[in-house]
Amino acid sequence: MKKRVRRLIISGVLFVAALVTGFLMPESWVKPAAFLLAYGVTAYKVLFKAVRNISYGKIFDENFLMAVASIGAFIIGEYPEAVAVMLFYQVGELFEDYAVGKSRKSIADLMNIRPDYANLKQADGTVEKVDPDQVKPGDIIVVRPGEKVPLDGVVLTGNSMVDTAALTGESVPRDVCEGSEILSGCINLNGLLEVRVTREFGESTVNKILELVENATSQKAKTENFITRFAAVYTPAVVITAAVLAVIPPLVAEGAVFSDWLYRALNFLVVSCPCALVISVPLGFFGGIGAASKIGVLVKGSNYLEAAAYAEYVVMDKTGTLTKGVFEVEKIMPRGELGKEEILRLAAAAESNSSHPISQSLLRAFGAEITSQISDVEEIAGHGVCAAVDGRHVLAGNNKLMELKGISYEEVSEAGTVVHVAADGQYCGYILIADQLKEDAAHAVAGLKAAGIRTVMLTGDSESAAQAVGAKLGIDRIFAQLLPEDKVRKVEELLAAKSEKGRLVFVGDGINDAPVLARADVGVAMGGLGSDAAIEAADVVIMHDEPSKLLELMRIAKKTLSVVRQNIVFALGVKLLVLILSALGFANMWAAVFADVGVSMIAIINSMRVLKIK
Amino acid sequence: MKKTYLLEDLCCANCAAAIERGVAKIEGVKSASVSFLTTKLVVEAEEEGYDEVFKQIQKVVKKTEPDVTIKEI
Repeated sequence: MKKRVRRLIISGVLFVAALVTGFLMPESWVKPAAFLLAYGVTAYKVLFKAVRNISYGKIFDENFLMAVASIGAFIIGEYPEAVAVMLFYQVGELFEDYAVGKSRKSIADLMNIRPDYANLKQADGTVEKVDPDQVKPGDIIVVRPGEKVPLDGVVLTGNSMVDTAALTGESVPRDVCEGSEILSGCINLNGLLEVRVTREFGESTVNKILELVENATSQKAKTENFITRFAAVYTPAVVITAAVLAVIPPLVAEGAVFSDWLYRALNFLVVSCPCALVISVPLGFFGGIGAASKIGVLVKGSNYLEAAAYAEYVVMDKTGTLTKGVFEVEKIMPRGELGKEEILRLAAAAESNSSHPISQSLLRAFGAEITSQISDVEEIAGHGVCAAVDGRHVLAGNNKLMELKGISYEEVSEAGTVVHVAADGQYCGYILIADQLKEDAAHAVAGLKAAGIRTVMLTGDSESAAQAVGAKLGIDRIFAQLLPEDKVRKVEELLAAKSEKGRLVFVGDGINDAPVLARADVGVAMGGLGSDAAIEAADVVIMHDEPSKLLELMRIAKKTLSVVRQNIVFALGVKLLVLILSALGFANMWAAVFADVGVSMIAIINSMRVLKIK
Repeated sequence: MKKTYLLEDLCCANCAAAIERGVAKIEGVKSASVSFLTTKLVVEAEEEGYDEVFKQIQKVVKKTEPDVTIKEI
């Protein structure tokens, strides 16, 4: 790189010297000699490559085109242009290489989550550094503060905070302690951990992510395929036009001068290189994929990023996507003398020995240790629990339990599970337990609607539960009580209903909805961290459990597409304009150089903006 | 069967596209994709007679971009 820069600086100095000479002594033989010297120093490498590549049978090689254009210019006496074409062509190449190198480096940075080693604990208690590949499930590894966690596993001893930002884009560190699951690719911040490995490296989270991102650019977007096909036609077409332009008019038209038309044809050769187009499109998409992975959204290919920008329908699963999928106490309604606290305490105490999810959420809501005296616990399946709590006879359960025990209760029509509580034969009130909405679910749905996207919710839950969630979030259409195969059918109906250009995005938690993920134009799995099935089945994986990341993904997708479009329109527009002006004799070779190198540079700089999207 | 190769010193986007087109045309190759940014060539081909296919791939790469060296990974 440095060598190339030095050579180009020398070329530049010689070029300026030749220009000055030409200005001072326009008629002298010194002028062409000075330019020839500058040309030789600037061009010898390109000329060498041009000749060598022809011997390999490569036609329409850009080195060859530039060589012909500049030598032609020299022959018809346009010395400054001849040198300038070569000089700027190479400056452009250098810049292109720099930009590409920079983008490649940003991939490498992304790949920085690849662990280099694992500290394997031996049978005799000593620790040895080994390749993560060699560690087997069941082995014990030591992770010191500041080190990357090399493999997935379970913490055996130690407490620490781990930074999961590289995996999820989540900046708040996570606490781990004995028994916690820990994922490869996280960084251990402060404590010494011993981890029992659960999966080999090939199967580990970090390796899955790396493979995914590395392979993302091989799934190409339509725009990308269009541009490479276009380039394959563009160059030959321009070169053939150039040949026709040089030969036909001087033969046919009266008074046409050969050197004049040759000059126009040479301009064509300079403009014929399609690199500006071909490079800026994938560079833009790559930037988009990179920007998305920075916020914890993995996109499996440019095509999916492109499709996300055209989203017309966003179909969402309810449980686990819009709601947490965890049942929590929503409210406590006292209907007697006892207060909320007391009702919850009695219910939690009565259910404290049960492992039923409802009991668990009561205990979580109570939050403290149960200190009451509990005896005579009787669980009636499908009804609830009877128990003696601190000497009081407590009933906690559904309508059926109340009826069974002959207690009059309040009918509740709200969505969720109702736990009625009675003490010593007196109705105390009820506790409503419901699935909780995710904090950002409303924001996500509102954002989608603001972007003109139709929102649809599918769920296997009851109509009333679905309506309650749907109404709270303002979702356009709701379909409830669906079996997994019904979900596929609904998505197919919607696919048929959408417009030609619009795309259907399905968002699910990756459990049980693999067929729908596959059927949708873009299948998005949420909460992919640690779930292989989701990473496998989806086109896009949102690593952290936030539906609002969908909005960010779409923003990035739209921005990427607009940058790519700007590049295509700009590059094609300028090239076409310069070609027309050249054919008419209005554009000189400087304009052609700009249409080639200048446009490339501007397009690349524009593409690199995408990577910076926050 | 899928094979991945590293194309070292691949520095022109148009050449990457040309290599992709060239390799895809080889008989026995089901699909080919060159990522200019990771400089990787991914080929999907029949297992049988792959040696001959690989020779053809090398030929295409040499012809399209003489500076590139192909490495198996």
